[in-house]
Amino acid sequence: MTLLELEDVTAFYGPVQVLEGVSLSVPENGAVGILGANGAGKTTTLRAISATVRAGGRIVFDGKDIRGTRPDRVAALGIAHVPEGRGTFGDLSVRENLRVGAYLRKDRKGIASDIDYCLDLFPNLQDRITSNASALSGGEQQMLAVARAIMSKPRLLLLDEASLGLAPSTAKAVYDAIRRLRVESGIAMVVVEQNANLAFTLVDSATVLETGRNVLTGTSAELRGMDEIRRAYLGG
Amino acid sequence: MATFIQLVVDGLSTGSIYAAIALALVLVHQATGLINFAQGGMAVLAAYSAWWLTARGVPLVLAILASIVLSFLLGAAVERWLMRRFERGDPDTAVVVTIGLLTLITGICGWLFTYNNQQFPSLFSLDAVSFLGVSVSQRSIGTTLVIVVVMFLLQGLFAGTKLGLALRAVAINPQSAAFSGLPVERLLMVGWGLAAVLGAIAGAMVAPQLTLTPGMLDNALVYALAAVILGGLSSPVGVVVAAWIIGVLENLAAVYIPLIGYDLKVAVPFILIFVVLVIRPQGLFGRKTVVRV
Ligand SMILES: Nc1ncnc2c1ncn2[C@@H]1O[C@H](COP(=O)(O)OP(=O)(O)O)[C@@H](O)[C@H]1O
Ligand SMILES: [Mg+2]
Repeated sequence: MTLLELEDVTAFYGPVQVLEGVSLSVPENGAVGILGANGAGKTTTLRAISATVRAGGRIVFDGKDIRGTRPDRVAALGIAHVPEGRGTFGDLSVRENLRVGAYLRKDRKGIASDIDYCLDLFPNLQDRITSNASALSGGEQQMLAVARAIMSKPRLLLLDEASLGLAPSTAKAVYDAIRRLRVESGIAMVVVEQNANLAFTLVDSATVLETGRNVLTGTSAELRGMDEIRRAYLGG
Repeated sequence: MATFIQLVVDGLSTGSIYAAIALALVLVHQATGLINFAQGGMAVLAAYSAWWLTARGVPLVLAILASIVLSFLLGAAVERWLMRRFERGDPDTAVVVTIGLLTLITGICGWLFTYNNQQFPSLFSLDAVSFLGVSVSQRSIGTTLVIVVVMFLLQGLFAGTKLGLALRAVAINPQSAAFSGLPVERLLMVGWGLAAVLGAIAGAMVAPQLTLTPGMLDNALVYALAAVILGGLSSPVGVVVAAWIIGVLENLAAVYIPLIGYDLKVAVPFILIFVVLVIRPQGLFGRKTVVRV
């Protein structure tokens, strides 16, 4: 079953068109990567899904065209966007950030046990639970951003460059945790990454964008074997 | 000594009025990151609506309650149809818009109700209560108590409720808030509405004392801003304590420092601000965040 389908999606910042027709298909429980150079339109594709940029084409989630809905309604449908730059609430404590993530939920017990789950997934956050998010390290903020998204119990997670600005070992720790989340929860994912090696540890398939268009799509194994992918994104 | 205590108690009571306006400023700032210079003007409009109702025979308590409801709607409407256009843009522009709104509301009040002083009935009796040889009016005590209750309610709202947490989240990062499903626009309207309610309470408390005029709260707004800066923008308890300090010091300085006297007492909070900001830039109680005015 397909959970999310993008067909010929365009997007605009004011009059400037930056997506020229992007397609993407995410199966239920699947994880799909979006690769591409800086400025290719990866972030904008995620923003089209979460309704934070003006978009055209068809964006079908769970059988319904959701294009043009409000961002908070998209979230309510079960899509959680972890934005580029993390977007944590700096003046709120770690626990408060997680509670904001659970805003739409009413099940107190479920919320409490999901907070415990997040702290188990990201043990670094345990000691920081009462610290302000702004006092966390970059890696901890990224973990908090993912944890906040998990707290909404999404069916689909949009991850934007979760490794950006992190030391390689920290980036790996973040991706290890996300992989564990994927196995344990079955949440579907769209994973934007410039670090293709890291992305391929998580996704089943991926598409490569160039100037707002898909130029290549395939399974992780297929893409890993291609010379042009190796040269452009895998460092040889 | 009796004079001293009298001055302190009176100072607490006027300080409470500054505190109520300051709490409204903090609420809007928490919810939108802006300082609303029209906060006092909106409170005056609320006081006029309560006055208009009492003049038509509506009991005072009911009139004040009605003005509180009206204020909530007015605050929400101002956010929805005026401020929303400016919130996403340059914060300086938005602040200028609130100053324009203050001018507009003052003009409307003057046009509807004239600039003459109107008598506003008091919720509390003017009778004095005596203790330790000092007589204090019930009005002073009542005003102070009302503000203390409001302060704790607000502190509880921000620290202990889902709505308060949501208001703070929206102020810090509206986009992330939306990503978590928070109805950002509705929350902003609620924040402005609640702030206007605080203003209406302040207006109803102070109008009997100052008598009702369109510019009744202009001075109070200046003191409230001083309290907000002194107390720290993030702390309801902090701004109330700061407002009390200002009210009391202002009264004491006027009497005990001949150089200042009644004409210069308005300078007191600013000297205080200057000293505090040099020593503690985040305010007496505030956390270290950048003040965006
Ligand atoms: N807010 C914006 N306003 C105008 N143009 C933008 C904005 N954000 C991104 N762009 C442009 O859109 C294109 C795609 O950007 P983006 O989706 O952020 O790329 P990526 O995430 O792949 O690095 C780039 O050319 C970028 O300059
Ligand atoms: Mg990007």
